[in-house]
Amino acid sequence: MELIDLTLIWVGLIGFGVFMYVLMDGFDLGVGILYPFARNEDHRDVMMNSVAPVWDGNETWLILGGAGLLAAFPLIYAVFLPALYIGVFLLLAGLIFRGVAFEFRFKSAPGKRGPWNWSFFLGSLVASFAQGAVVGAYIQGFEVEGFSYVGGPLDWLTPFTVMTGLGLVAGYTLLGASWLIMKTEGDLQDWAYRVARWMVGAVLLVYVIISVWTAVAHPHLLERWLDNATVLWIFPTLSVLAGLWLWRGLTQRDEGVPFVATLVLFVLAYAGLLISMWPYAVPPEHTFWDAASSPDSQLFTLVGMLFVIPIILAYTAWTYWVFRGKVRVGEGYH
Amino acid sequence: MELDPLLLSRIQFAFVVSFHAIFPVFTIGLASYIALLEGLLYKTSNPVYEQLSRFWTKVFAVVFGMGVVSGIVMSFQFGTNWSVFSYASANFLGPVLAYEVVTAFFLEAVFLGVLLFGRDKVPRGTHLFAACMVALGTFISSFWILSANSWMQTPAGVELRDGIFHLTSWSEAIFNPSFPPRFFHMALASFLTGGFVVAGVSAWYLLKGKAPEASKKALQMCLIMLALAAPAQLFVGDVHGLNTFEHQPAKVAAMEGVWETTDGAPLLLFAIPSPSQERNFLEVGIPKLASLILTHELDGRIQGLKEWAPEDRPNMPIVFWSFRVMVGIGMLMILVALWGAWLTWRGRLEASRRFLRLTSLMIPLPFLAVLSGWFVTEVGRQPWLAYGLLRVEDGVTPSLTGGMALFSLIGFVTVYAVVFIAGITFLIRIIRKGPDGTHGGHETPGAHAKRPLSATDESITEGAR
Repeated sequence: MELIDLTLIWVGLIGFGVFMYVLMDGFDLGVGILYPFARNEDHRDVMMNSVAPVWDGNETWLILGGAGLLAAFPLIYAVFLPALYIGVFLLLAGLIFRGVAFEFRFKSAPGKRGPWNWSFFLGSLVASFAQGAVVGAYIQGFEVEGFSYVGGPLDWLTPFTVMTGLGLVAGYTLLGASWLIMKTEGDLQDWAYRVARWMVGAVLLVYVIISVWTAVAHPHLLERWLDNATVLWIFPTLSVLAGLWLWRGLTQRDEGVPFVATLVLFVLAYAGLLISMWPYAVPPEHTFWDAASSPDSQLFTLVGMLFVIPIILAYTAWTYWVFRGKVRVGEGYH
Repeated sequence: MELDPLLLSRIQFAFVVSFHAIFPVFTIGLASYIALLEGLLYKTSNPVYEQLSRFWTKVFAVVFGMGVVSGIVMSFQFGTNWSVFSYASANFLGPVLAYEVVTAFFLEAVFLGVLLFGRDKVPRGTHLFAACMVALGTFISSFWILSANSWMQTPAGVELRDGIFHLTSWSEAIFNPSFPPRFFHMALASFLTGGFVVAGVSAWYLLKGKAPEASKKALQMCLIMLALAAPAQLFVGDVHGLNTFEHQPAKVAAMEGVWETTDGAPLLLFAIPSPSQERNFLEVGIPKLASLILTHELDGRIQGLKEWAPEDRPNMPIVFWSFRVMVGIGMLMILVALWGAWLTWRGRLEASRRFLRLTSLMIPLPFLAVLSGWFVTEVGRQPWLAYGLLRVEDGVTPSLTGGMALFSLIGFVTVYAVVFIAGITFLIRIIRKGPDGTHGGHETPGAHAKRPLSATDESITEGAR
């Protein structure tokens, strides 16, 4: 096992899974957050239809990530989940409610959809906020003794994590709006353009706040960026370029650009986070190597994952292909 | 009263698992039934099989969907409430549970879509193949879950170093001593559950005069299967019990209601066990039968629960009574199945309204039996998480407070109540419509989400489009 570092492979695998999840579930959560603001029920039909065929495939990655963590990095699993107990509950409850809303909204009479609209919105909002707060809690670090979490139930809930929670809500909303720009037309698309423009401002604002806050609160992270500035300057620069590209897409009404540009921004933010936190799995003490399970457990699970991931990817690609193009009022999957 | 996070975590886990278990136990049996229908359809081209398969595939889709939704919570609950246990056992449980997920996703991604949506789009042989693979997949899924569970009952293939289980043999750990009987016991339980639900619904249709031809066929098929499976379960259950007697004698003592170590213990039909006084009240039993069953000797010795210190004993009243509920329902199942098989043989099935009514009333019982069975095995495992190696109180999350545990318990009960009520309402609607309401569908190619619940176009409220 000395030849191949299984732990490193697993970091890549879990990193990829989380990344896929954020990109893919992000836009459908965003659509959910926009739900109560939509102009009318027809728009809501189209909005839900635009994500209905793909959302649960997107959530596959979350479950795969959970199982992968237990198998490959039990320490992360055994510290994060207790530390984020209430947040994890809210995340799961949110995901269940919105999942059920997908199924039952279209099966209810038009006049009786209110509760499912609300459960779609609140579920999406709560789940998004909880995910953002998890990211914040990861940056913040955990109070650990040996291999157990010893902090309090609400240690994760600080002004900083509220900020990262709101940040991800804003980010997902932008992603959702730019998805709608790509998938819809007419009134709804006009509305999505306007929403997206406002959300660019909001996202930019929280992005800067969170970056500065992180740098001030955790000087060692700032040092890492400054010490490696010769290489790392590329990330903020690319972010600015992607931001400009996004804005240009929105003002020039270039339908596909806003979504792709927002994805690029997410990629860059994610890379920035990894660079800041590397190699800590459970900051401030434990690295990914401390958190790893035994090599043969990692290897055994890896075989299964390497078998199923290409299949999931192919299936996902096929689904998106089948449901390509615009979604219109009065049609859709139903 | 101080809120005890340990007790609340146990209640929460029991609730979530019990709630979840009723769905897969049904879908496993139903998947095999659908595969059988598809096989018969392929062979005979009889449209009755297609009608039945279409109908039960819809039911399958809804129940499968609810199983997935309720299952998500469990993969996280291990970490939130039992972090010490999940950390200690991750080298084994991590990969095993990951393989369950891998199996489920593989199944869902590749074959479930073809089964649910592909009937008119793929060749009939391919559709049959997909149905068989879904049925096989549900068994592979339960293989991993039951391996994990059995390992907690009879841990093997590991050694405990510095509070962490390290694998010494994967095959010994996966195929641990209690796994084979538990797997077959559970597989038969799934067949019985699927069989009694299909039989019960079909009997109800016959009473109502709905889809008479298809319903009669379905009922006959089920009764023949049940007449074989129900008695077989008695035998497999006995083997499972002997296995438990060998590896977890304290559990068997609780099941049989034995306090004092006894030579020639009676089989108790009724008793009120009192843990505080360490004796039973109002015992009614058949002399020497428990010893005969467990040791195959009239005067065989059964260890009493007093052999273990009070803190090492499972809760006898729960184990004792759950066991009797399970066995009682099992016996009733055998009688109903044999009666039905006899009626089928004499060609008097539809004539006996009493039998049809009884069969349709049987629908909830297999679920009750399965839950009781799980109560026997899980409560009987106490006070251990990994039997003999790690106690329950040592596995709970140290940072967990009673307030947090109560919060999530109430939360999950609420969430599940909503999901369950909506799901069951929907299911009842589909069943009310019956196989006659199941036509070719109006699927437009590519315009259908490939999700379980979308396989049905029934609405949950009146007047929906």
